[in-house]
Amino acid sequence: MSIAEEAKLAVRGAIQGVMEKAIELAPDSWMPGGKPDSLIATKHGSIGASVPRIDSPLKVQGKAPFAAEFELPGMVYAALMFSTVAKGRIATLDTAQAEAAPGVVLVMTHRNAPRMESMPVFLSAEKAGGGDNLPIMQDDRIHWNGQPIAVVLAETQEQADYAVALIRASYEQDAATTSFATAKRKGTEPGLFMGQPLKTEKGSADAAFKASAAKVEATYTTPRHNHNAIEPHAATVAWDGDRLIVHDASQAVAHTAWSLGKIFGISEQQVHVTSPFVGGGFGGKCLWQHQVLGAAAAKLAGRPVRIALSREGVYRLIGGRTLTEQRLAIGADQDGRFNAIIHSGTVATTRQNGMPEPFILPTMSSYGSPNIKLDVEVVYLDMLANTFMRAPGESVGTFALESAIDELAVSLGIDPVELRILNQPSEDPLKGTPFSSRHITEAWRAGAEKFGWSKRSAPGTVRDGEWQIGIGCATATYPYHRMPGGAARITLTRDGYARVEIAAHEMGMGTATAHTQVVADRLGLSRDQVTFAYGDSLMPGVVLAGGSQQTASIGASVIAAHHVLIKELLKLAGNDSPLAGLGTDEVGTLNGGLAKLDDPSRHESYVSILTRSGRDHVAVEGSASAPLETMHWSMHSFGALFCEIGVNSVTGETRVRRFLGSYDCGRILNPKTAASQFRGGIIMGLGLALMEETQFDDRNGRVMNPSLAEYHVPVHLDVPPIDVIWTDIPDPRAPMGARGIGEIGITGVGAAVANAVFNATGKRVRDLPLTLDKLM
Amino acid sequence: MTPFDYSRASDVADALRMGAGVQAKFLGGGTNLVDLMRETIERPAALVDITGLPAEITERDDGGLVIGAAVRNTALAEHRTVRTRYPVLSRAILAGASAQIRNMATVGGNLLQRTRCSYFYDDAGSRCNKRQPGQGCDAIDGFNRNHAILGASEACVATHPSDMCVALAALDAVVHLEGRGGARTLPLVELHRLPGDRPDLETALQPGELITAIELPAQPIAARSTYRKVRDRSSYAFALVSVAAALELDGDTVKDVRVALGGVAHKPWRALEAEQALRGGKVSEAAFRAAAEAELAHAVPLSCNTFKIELAKRTITAVLGELAGAAR
Amino acid sequence: MTADRSAAAIAAIRINGVDCPVPADPRMSLLDLLRETLHLHGTKKGCNQGACGACTVLVDGERIVSCLSLAVQHAGRSVTTIEGLADQHGLHPLQQAFIEHDGFQCGYCTPGQICSAVGMAAELKRGVPSHVTQDLASDHVAFSPDEVRERMSGNLCRCGAHNGIIDAISETYAEAAE
Repeated sequence: MSIAEEAKLAVRGAIQGVMEKAIELAPDSWMPGGKPDSLIATKHGSIGASVPRIDSPLKVQGKAPFAAEFELPGMVYAALMFSTVAKGRIATLDTAQAEAAPGVVLVMTHRNAPRMESMPVFLSAEKAGGGDNLPIMQDDRIHWNGQPIAVVLAETQEQADYAVALIRASYEQDAATTSFATAKRKGTEPGLFMGQPLKTEKGSADAAFKASAAKVEATYTTPRHNHNAIEPHAATVAWDGDRLIVHDASQAVAHTAWSLGKIFGISEQQVHVTSPFVGGGFGGKCLWQHQVLGAAAAKLAGRPVRIALSREGVYRLIGGRTLTEQRLAIGADQDGRFNAIIHSGTVATTRQNGMPEPFILPTMSSYGSPNIKLDVEVVYLDMLANTFMRAPGESVGTFALESAIDELAVSLGIDPVELRILNQPSEDPLKGTPFSSRHITEAWRAGAEKFGWSKRSAPGTVRDGEWQIGIGCATATYPYHRMPGGAARITLTRDGYARVEIAAHEMGMGTATAHTQVVADRLGLSRDQVTFAYGDSLMPGVVLAGGSQQTASIGASVIAAHHVLIKELLKLAGNDSPLAGLGTDEVGTLNGGLAKLDDPSRHESYVSILTRSGRDHVAVEGSASAPLETMHWSMHSFGALFCEIGVNSVTGETRVRRFLGSYDCGRILNPKTAASQFRGGIIMGLGLALMEETQFDDRNGRVMNPSLAEYHVPVHLDVPPIDVIWTDIPDPRAPMGARGIGEIGITGVGAAVANAVFNATGKRVRDLPLTLDKLM
Repeated sequence: MTPFDYSRASDVADALRMGAGVQAKFLGGGTNLVDLMRETIERPAALVDITGLPAEITERDDGGLVIGAAVRNTALAEHRTVRTRYPVLSRAILAGASAQIRNMATVGGNLLQRTRCSYFYDDAGSRCNKRQPGQGCDAIDGFNRNHAILGASEACVATHPSDMCVALAALDAVVHLEGRGGARTLPLVELHRLPGDRPDLETALQPGELITAIELPAQPIAARSTYRKVRDRSSYAFALVSVAAALELDGDTVKDVRVALGGVAHKPWRALEAEQALRGGKVSEAAFRAAAEAELAHAVPLSCNTFKIELAKRTITAVLGELAGAAR
Repeated sequence: MTADRSAAAIAAIRINGVDCPVPADPRMSLLDLLRETLHLHGTKKGCNQGACGACTVLVDGERIVSCLSLAVQHAGRSVTTIEGLADQHGLHPLQQAFIEHDGFQCGYCTPGQICSAVGMAAELKRGVPSHVTQDLASDHVAFSPDEVRERMSGNLCRCGAHNGIIDAISETYAEAAE
């Protein structure tokens, strides 16, 4: 980094620091959430109901349209060729045979691709959504093993796939850095996340650790992972003059539209991205090179293009979670109270994105300690840009933290549940800000009771035939996030129906269902009077389906739009209404209309207001407040995880027998879909614990298991019945009292399983996944 | 996928005629061949669909079974006689792949499955002597956790992926073949080759030769047989190690025994040394373990699969122990 | 099976009761025929190599993965896809049970899970054993959560709806199986 860049970062950091302090010290009432959302105190009946997904009938009949299922007239199919070296340049690229193959419409390479800007890399600007910032087919340079070097368009997918196989490439290789171990030996650099170093210290952790009566210190490692949504990435792309239409599988439609505009030199209004259904995202379905290549090829060929990645293509083109090597040291007194926590280590990332897996995040808020030191170092490899994957940081960071706590509990002879409860902080351990709502102890007690934790035996003492049985526990944690940019449009029609539009996403989280419930309650309507429309960049709002923040972002956007709607309706109601003379703060929504808050008899229905004012409909837009609540309060969700496993004494095979998650995530909007979110995260966590690993060949940077046959995700037989319970205590500072639940499920699971394995066998495995060879 | 001509054979003669071309391949359920064609590892110019050939399982007078090559894996696994008289075969088939794939895959095709070595599969980016003789092998110093510990060569360390074949190897199955030179039979253990310096040559089949049936000799010992498959994922995963075994006792003496291993070699591995060590000896865990030690004495581990040697020994010991326990 | 198929039937594949011509390009998988030629998008492509089960359909009542199956191989056969399960009376009981038990999130693996479960139920009824069946000699395989979990293991789900899927299948078929 240049000196100028460092200075810029320092100034930005200083300004941010001053702002942060001011927000921390400001009165609660100035903050969003300072006055709790009225839906927290008043129950209307929809929030909290176990409503089946509103898209259920479509999904069980296979009628929900996904990105690769849009049919456009004249559409051609794309296939990609990938580089087989990690670094260098293309020496020869013979496309003649491919061009002559039956059905081929176009072969696009760096020689004929249209001029394009690189993708604005995610977080580099408000709406930047790219996975990397490399030139896309603009020159002959190779930056990673698997980089696309040619696109073939043909009349059928079979023809395109065959033609790709006819292209011959050779390379002039440059020395590449593809080995983590080699790169580490050359030295690490501080990890930067959004310009800020992932490094912080409170007190003097090293000295306090040394002086502690009880100590644990160990290194934990986690491998690379891939999201492996069952729907491979796909886009159906067309140009209409200088307008670009992309039917995408996206968790970031607004980001994608803006970024594609930048890439092709057109305005974001000229780019229309739709994504009505997404077949799983988990952080992987943002903007990657395939949408850009599809659009470029469509432009060149003058035909609409379907670019559906093969499963191998997903592994070559879409980044996953990077590996981590973490050192965890905890110093405590004899009673188990923490004196020092040190969580540091190294991850691999790339120059083209710079996303150091922030494994220290769970340690920032989970436990109190007078001395804390956190540090993420990075090495840069010549590889596909890594990216966000479900609970980036927490998913793998909790493996180290929660394993180490278990090790400390064992060495002190303290019940690991009690050790965790003992070390609960009374305020944010690093920032000192108050918690908005923190009921983890209740979650621990309820979970322990339901699971039967008190029946736990000493390590290695329980057997069932060949199987050694053990139980373990761990903390799950994920912060409340709300990103800037939320906005929503509400259209209320004279027949009393409401339509909410927001550029949000449904990847299976139950967004559309939960927010139909919320909007119904907020507007005083029944659910069938509400339509929740999403997944279209022409709609208002910049709402990433990421960071478990979509619920809060949509909630705050609808609150803002609702406020405007009340103002508008009061205006339309005029003086002939029971509402005459009332201000927006004096009225609320009730029974399909507005009413005075402290005198519900002063009520007029929407139908009446619109009919009297001669309006077909009223449409309003509102923008969410800046998310200052996250700086004023420390806002986090937690969970207490319990699992029972069996380890086969002959083979070392580990099988999970039962699992329970007890969560404190604020108000649960829909128990049915929420339970599925928790379970889904836990199951992905079981994969992380037991089997998942992207095999990255250190010799040449090639992913060697780019398939669902060789990259194992849990199958039905791996998944036992999973019990989930929750406190359902609303967070007064969050819209609806709800904190997002999309990611917390995966956190802590790796440690819960590893701790259970220790209880079963007396063996401590610190290297994921927990495959049988480590337990033989 | 490279373009090809498709034809459908109605009988064996038809199939042999259609499959006579040098670049023709017989197509069964397609579960492996279609995948390999899509990966451009297999590029036949012609496919002869043989799923219409006789798919019967016939019981012979002597109690043996003749299984048509076009019999689907599920049909074989669920066959009453197989379940009762050759349970190891049912269990092996049911441990493999998924129900959908077992419904498609034919017995003949199962025998000719090709390895799942990820370097073999990476036609574009990795070296493989099996795909291209003399090219080199990227698996030897790469990810080789799933690879061979027995009978491998410097040219190839791949394993044969079939579960069914491991059971067939234990059962002394015989393969019926028909080709231009007429019909012949071959013991299953001689069908698959060890890699040597020509890992591209995987079987003893002649060009254009067709597997028409598998014969299971009458084997009273097989009634007490089982199959155990060890894998990281509890289902739908290839074996790290698998053991097919049958045991016949006379009091506490081993009258006869069959052991075969999967996931350890380029072919289904009949454990003759273990069998020899056990035959006529007393039943004990120590004897089972000693037999396993004898079989694995020549095992050579690779960088990522040393554990397989101990895993194979333990699994053999446990499976024989289970069969001995059931016999008492 | 093959001998009695008439020439006319061989020229066509019957899909959800409608005859469809066999594609000219023998490379076309049954899956691509369904999705790209017939626009029956309910059958999903998750891996195109038989590893995920999202493309599961029923051929003459048996579940298979349509991605590894060449369309030409199905001439004269009858294919049922997710679009063919519901009838004029409404959703198939299993489809309804998936809704009630929240047996999906994103919905992408769902058609394959449902078709697979329909095929599985028939296999169970026929007494086909599985990897977890204890007694191979018995004609009757007892319906149990483990049996269902093993038999459904060829259908991957990444959202983690496994519990709901097994519950939906159990509710639909457990009683019938007893």
